[in-house]
Amino acid sequence: MAVTTASPPDPRTALDPTAHAWLDESTTKVAAKPAALRRLFPAARRRCGHGRLTEHWTVDEAARAVLLIALPLRGQPLADEVTLLHRHGDPAEQRAILRTLPLLDLGDLALPLVRETLRGNDTTLIEAALGPYAAAHLADAEYRQAVLKCVFCEIPLDRVSGLDSRADRELARMLADFAHERIVAGRAVPPDIRPLVLAFPDVIGGRAELQHALKEEG
Amino acid sequence: MPRIFDPHIHMTSRTTDDYEAMYAAGVRAVVEPAFWLGQPRTSPESFYDYFDGLLGWEPHRAAQFGIQHFCTIALNPKEANDPRCLPVLDELDRYLAKDRVVAVGEIGYDSMTPEEDEALARQLQLAIEHELPALVHTPHRDKATGTRRTLDVVRESGIAPELVVLDHLNELTVGMVLDSGCWAGFSIYPKTKMSEDRMVEILREHGTERVLVNSAADWGRSDPLKTRKTADAMLAAGFDDDDVDKVLWRNPVAFYGQSGRLELEDPKPDEAATFQGNSIRRGGA
Repeated sequence: MAVTTASPPDPRTALDPTAHAWLDESTTKVAAKPAALRRLFPAARRRCGHGRLTEHWTVDEAARAVLLIALPLRGQPLADEVTLLHRHGDPAEQRAILRTLPLLDLGDLALPLVRETLRGNDTTLIEAALGPYAAAHLADAEYRQAVLKCVFCEIPLDRVSGLDSRADRELARMLADFAHERIVAGRAVPPDIRPLVLAFPDVIGGRAELQHALKEEG
Repeated sequence: MPRIFDPHIHMTSRTTDDYEAMYAAGVRAVVEPAFWLGQPRTSPESFYDYFDGLLGWEPHRAAQFGIQHFCTIALNPKEANDPRCLPVLDELDRYLAKDRVVAVGEIGYDSMTPEEDEALARQLQLAIEHELPALVHTPHRDKATGTRRTLDVVRESGIAPELVVLDHLNELTVGMVLDSGCWAGFSIYPKTKMSEDRMVEILREHGTERVLVNSAADWGRSDPLKTRKTADAMLAAGFDDDDVDKVLWRNPVAFYGQSGRLELEDPKPDEAATFQGNSIRRGGA
């Protein structure tokens, strides 16, 4: 599983001594008493900052990931704590939770959070939800719908985990039909769906204009 | 034009026209205290959705009009009497830790019941634990007695008086509040509570130290421009621009600044901006 790509970079490299000490102290508190996270998790952005740490992680997200990983819980008790943090979290907190899901021992218990996110319209949250956790746990039909939603929301598909192993013929068919609709409407076809469709060329059928559009820059 | 910080206004109940008029009048920052909605809530979940709105959608809306929006979070005194709502007290920890929460409030008394005693004392302790100021509502009925009793509870709680504002004061309650070391808040209303002319008289008598003036505009008869109208009344009565700036900007900044969470750089309105994918535009998402 591509967990390594989801692992947060160590936020401590970006923290000043005060913030560094706060994060270390907070991690210790959470390890001793999980409920301490309810106060500490929302405060992390204010305490540690919210600048960009790497291309895909901000400092606050990485700091919150460190706090979540410090929870001495697994399975249902962990899912309960994480679910309530998500319920009462603002979008930045929810983003950090969704990004950290693959690093927590949750089984499929956090799938409701992924599904709730996929019903919404916040592209930053949808992108955060479609990491290795969703790739490992979403059912086939849900995974396909999630990919299609990304295409509609203009989320680049290279941000979606698991396409190498999970993109199947049915997804290719859905994307081909989507591309066909776009062509008929005189609208552009996003280039990043091409390889997914062309992996199953039979889904194009006899639609010459579709074949042309998908292959022209491929 | 004066710069104005309205330290108590319920923007959730107001329109985008109000935001436009407020900006035009000089309002650049507001604090929206959590309060009741004119109709009782019947479950804690309603509060959580409300708190989420005060921290999410409403600051987003305000920013589109160039106004910084902060909030205070609490279980209000009226609904502290409803056992169905009491579990809210157990979840306040989560909300009081959030970035744009600059005080615990509105807390205080409505009918001065034992339930209200308990909720007030407990939430003052939360203010101490979270190192936040407290916004304390004084009752409409039996106001002088209620204000005295509030000051007793504040004293017993151990919170520093400079971290507490007692709000909705009048000529009869201002003296005891300022003497206690707490801040004195005044809600300027079209017909009730306090008018801008009476406010000017109070400022003449008691000075401009530790005084906050707000519109407390909400879903009832109220006027979100009462802060500016009070500024105008002050100038007409001989106060100068610096006095106006102190009462309507520097004082609220000093009071809520004690939270360490006021970030007052100008928001940049962006018509394309969304909150959770939703925007204030019509016909769009």
